[in-house]
Amino acid sequence: MSTVTQPIGAKPALAGTPWRERAEEALIPPFVALLVALICGDLLILSYGQSPAAVYRLLLEGTWGNAYGFGQVLYKATTLAFTGLAVSFGLRAGLFNIGGESQLAAGGFAAALTGLALPVGTPLLLALPICMIAAGVAGGVVGSVPAYLKTRFGAHEVIVTIMLNFIVLALLNWFIAGHLHVPETLHTPEIHAGVLPRLADMDPRFHGSAANLALVVAVLVAFVVWFYLFRARGGYDLRAVGLQPPAAEYGGISVGRVWMRALTFSGVIAGIGGINYVLGYKHYYEDGFASGAGFLGIAVALVGRNHPFGVLIAAFFFATLSQGGLAIHAFVPKQMMDVLQGVVILAVAMAVPEVRGILRGARRRTDA
Amino acid sequence: MNREAGSGTGETGNQSGFPASAALPTPPAPASRFPLPASQFPAIRMLDIDKSFGAIRANRGATLEVIPGEIHALVGENGAGKSTLMRILGGLMKPDAGRVEVNGRDVTGWSTSEAIAAGVGIVHQHFMLVPTLTVAENLVLGCEPKTRGVVLDYPRAAGDVRALSNETGLVIAPERLISDLSVGEAQRVEILKVLFRGAKLLVLDEPTAVLSPPEVRELWTVLRRLRDKGDTIVLITHRLDEVVDLSDTITVMRAGQTVARIKTSQTTPAEIARLMVGREVSLSAGRRVQPIERATPAQPSRGLEVRDLSVVGSRGIRVIDDVSFSVKPGEILGIAGVEGNGQTELVEALAGLRPVVAGTILIDGDEVTHRSVAQRHDVGLSHIPEDRHRRGLILEYTVANNLILGVQKHFSDHGIIDRDRVMENALSEISSFDIRPPNPALAARALSGGNQQKVVVAREMGRSFSVLLASQPTRGVDVGAIEFIHKQLLDARSQGKAILLVSAELNEVLALADRIAVMYRGKFAVVMPASEASEEVLGEYMIGTKKGTAA
Repeated sequence: MSTVTQPIGAKPALAGTPWRERAEEALIPPFVALLVALICGDLLILSYGQSPAAVYRLLLEGTWGNAYGFGQVLYKATTLAFTGLAVSFGLRAGLFNIGGESQLAAGGFAAALTGLALPVGTPLLLALPICMIAAGVAGGVVGSVPAYLKTRFGAHEVIVTIMLNFIVLALLNWFIAGHLHVPETLHTPEIHAGVLPRLADMDPRFHGSAANLALVVAVLVAFVVWFYLFRARGGYDLRAVGLQPPAAEYGGISVGRVWMRALTFSGVIAGIGGINYVLGYKHYYEDGFASGAGFLGIAVALVGRNHPFGVLIAAFFFATLSQGGLAIHAFVPKQMMDVLQGVVILAVAMAVPEVRGILRGARRRTDA
Repeated sequence: MNREAGSGTGETGNQSGFPASAALPTPPAPASRFPLPASQFPAIRMLDIDKSFGAIRANRGATLEVIPGEIHALVGENGAGKSTLMRILGGLMKPDAGRVEVNGRDVTGWSTSEAIAAGVGIVHQHFMLVPTLTVAENLVLGCEPKTRGVVLDYPRAAGDVRALSNETGLVIAPERLISDLSVGEAQRVEILKVLFRGAKLLVLDEPTAVLSPPEVRELWTVLRRLRDKGDTIVLITHRLDEVVDLSDTITVMRAGQTVARIKTSQTTPAEIARLMVGREVSLSAGRRVQPIERATPAQPSRGLEVRDLSVVGSRGIRVIDDVSFSVKPGEILGIAGVEGNGQTELVEALAGLRPVVAGTILIDGDEVTHRSVAQRHDVGLSHIPEDRHRRGLILEYTVANNLILGVQKHFSDHGIIDRDRVMENALSEISSFDIRPPNPALAARALSGGNQQKVVVAREMGRSFSVLLASQPTRGVDVGAIEFIHKQLLDARSQGKAILLVSAELNEVLALADRIAVMYRGKFAVVMPASEASEEVLGEYMIGTKKGTAA
């Protein structure tokens, strides 16, 4: 059934777009994009004189095939989920936050400082929220700067967030290198409180992998973001501003206030992401720990189509590629995975509208 | 599809092998005041055209036949498929099925350049002119006469343009900059541009939407002259008076299909309206509605009051210059005027969407001059914006979500949207305003223009308010919906609402308003009771030839 707009004699169609159509449109295009990426991967592998089947088998074994590899995928997916959610939250308001990298680092730094300041033996139930708040506030402060500059002076958020990355990362480097580091290293001392339990503590098979409780936090944050965007009035306003600023303004929504809120909270989400590394993995802040996860969040948001749950899936997928690159290093350079990531992003950007159009065309033909 | 035939030189005649006299399915053989030329071929013949966009079928077996040398009106409700049909004719789109013939030649699925080469010219609703160039430069754009192959031969271009201008009666100085022209003059340039390319078959899409009455009359003279010269003209319009005035033959479309083809001399506006909508329609426009008797004198503090209002436009000029007026409860103040004389800015300033430089605005006695949009809502302001696609609707949102835009806080508890109440509200508004299709989960984008406007009107009139700003409330809306929206406005007036009606449609202002103000260059040229106003009287104030004092 389709929703035909007929001015005259239209039969009332009470249902919206049926869920099956929506599911098809949500799932089939990414799969086509994946297929395209796989074919490109085949060609790359063949160019190294290797068998694609063998390399892909190795990739799967190294990622989903054993508990350690799977744990590493989950660990990497956790950080990407946070940065991806941060980018998509901004994009829902029509704002492009490229500052995930520095917001993530600032969040991790604040979490580490808080963990250091708390007395030894603070129960996790108390230490985790405090560290999270600190991380969120730090990320939010970094995010609020471009938000303020945009609302007050109309400065473009893309430029400001990019430039702020350099400023914030350099500042953090100065703090660490100049004041807070353990001698001979570029990291802080180990935190006293707020260490998150790892997956390995519950299931010994995950031994050695860094996956930790932050994963659960990421899923919770995704749910909160979903609820805010699609159920709360604030989300109604935020999406309205993202879709049509003049209409939002007409509807009594303060566009500047929404921008402020969206970029600040985008920073908060990215900042909280810092706990994955600091509280869950190393238990200290180390200079440069973000290592591109902030930027990869843009790709994650794009592939996840700015939907919180889509972002979770995309984060898992990109983490698999990244971990898989290590597993197949013996056969092909792990940079192949970087190339493949690029191919996936391009394929999603191009294939999704194309395939969607073909799907709708096919449906129309069956209707007629 | 017969692409080869379409790319021929234009004089090849009927290559398709179909007999040119093949009878049209519905209408009988058309009679025209003008004899058919020797070729015996209709200028345009479109048969069984199908065209779909996504789930929407814009044309379903639509048919159009136009005799050479006639003015043919193509009428129909919004979304009836008129513009789609013309885009197919102009080569902007390819039909899914059906045949297109021009002068007997099968040209189905041709390109825009082939259409131009064959003398088909489309004058679009929106101007496509380069504002920083002169009239002559715009006209020769793409086929410039050059000296030594490099430099634009400006004198020759200007000469060519002047010759064409004199020949057609579309008088305009070739040296003038487009940015200095009025809308009416810009429209003349658009038509000249098409003629300059050698068009013999003109399609005009809603040409009068932005013109003042004298400009409209001028345009009619030009079109009649072109027809008498042997050109063929297809006129797309919503306004039935224009159709009856000007056309020789009328084709009526409804829901993507051609429902009738009639000789203008044998029909009436009421019949055309009935054919368009598919039921009887009362044409309130043009018929004066009696003002209601007010038993109690209006309290001076109620309604909308504006004192010495000045507003600065985007280019730093005063677009509203010291305007004062009031609208009392139970009164409709109509604002007429050629577009671009400050009406948009006035409404935006009243709605809180544009800062006020000087003056005060009072709603029911509350001063709101510098208050936010949301605060004005709270004191009882409702606003039907002139541009539903930009302001009035969030096109990607569902109908249900659009029906709470601006009142979303009344549909949420503790910041959470109450989805049951949103849905309940949507279903009740959909049924009381007859929004079609009646599906609250559909994106607003998927509705036809008239139904989109009903969503806006339903939302703004469905909530409690005391002052309504109705800006172009029926723009681009079909007769059935116009009748409905007019009735809503009159009902609101009898319930004691103060209504400011801004409309480019003089008929609408004349039919609905109790008092009429004419805006000219940011000021009220005149304010008069509707009983003293007529199209002729207002028209002179609109173009600035007559200046009066605000009463």
